[in-house]
Amino acid sequence: MHRTYVKVAEDVLDANSTIAHANRADFDRAGVAVVNIMSSPGAGKTTLLERTLRDFDAIRVGVLEGDVSTTLDADRIALLDVPVVQINTAPSFGGECHLDANMVRSAIPKLPLDEIDLLLIENVGNLVCPAEFVVGEDHRVMLWSVTEGEDKPLKYPLMFRTCDLVLVTKVDLLPHLNVDLDRFSRHLDMVHPDVPQLHVSSRTGEGIGEWRHWLEHAAVREHVHA
Amino acid sequence: MHELSLASAVVDTVERHADGRRVSVVSLRIGTLRQVVPPSLEFYFDLVGRETVCEDARLEIEVVPAEARCRACGEEWTLAGPVFRCADCGRAGVEILAGEEFDVESIVVIEEEPCIALT
Repeated sequence: MHRTYVKVAEDVLDANSTIAHANRADFDRAGVAVVNIMSSPGAGKTTLLERTLRDFDAIRVGVLEGDVSTTLDADRIALLDVPVVQINTAPSFGGECHLDANMVRSAIPKLPLDEIDLLLIENVGNLVCPAEFVVGEDHRVMLWSVTEGEDKPLKYPLMFRTCDLVLVTKVDLLPHLNVDLDRFSRHLDMVHPDVPQLHVSSRTGEGIGEWRHWLEHAAVREHVHA
Repeated sequence: MHELSLASAVVDTVERHADGRRVSVVSLRIGTLRQVVPPSLEFYFDLVGRETVCEDARLEIEVVPAEARCRACGEEWTLAGPVFRCADCGRAGVEILAGEEFDVESIVVIEEEPCIALT
């Protein structure tokens, strides 16, 4: 019996990245742009989608809902006559706290890709794990609600660093809170200099027009991918 | 939970290279920007490695410091915290040179040799 050294030099998440590339190729062929939406639990992702997609006719949108369990979110979106598929991560080991490329791959056959321009993927609420796993998206958007504390970018830098847009949600609550948005912006700027922010309220509709405009723009794909 | 998924991915990667042989050491390089907690990764690696070639294998983790370079002024520095503006000129276009690694660098496998009868 002897021991042999074997050189590997391989990224641990290579397998996930390979599947994400395959997803991306499928989305490209169908001409569908994909936005991966992430936040902590309770930041208002599903409520924002409801507000955004109600009577939104400019582009055709589909939704992929990721949750550890239940179809509650998908049921809410389905009421808007938007094509929606629910992924539950619980059947895999331990109930994953994020979506990975393979889970999204398994949902692709259920998605009407020929009938949509834009796929919104609502990731599992979590500020850590979803940031590590690409799923084949073109853009990453994260929500930070004004009740979460201004230090979140410093505590969860990977999430804030890898997103293309930060939606500051629940801004209708600002008059009732002591939150310091300048302080949040300074922290965000340290972690991700110059990342754009939009301020929205799903309750009052503030900022929803700009957010829809951003989505319309995202749906016009550049088809230039590495 | 984060480290659980990552430990599974480590075991998957090792299995592809071990070719069925038992593994005694797995050497990883993990950048500080990856938010991986090594003791947590070790705990889950022991758990998900059971009944695989990784059972009883030891993890060796090399932590790689985060290095950045400013695209505008060329300044290079080691990041002490999550601050991604140039430490010198304050501009935003910062290139990450190191610190995002999460690689299985090498493994040590145990070769079981057949007994050779002497004649």
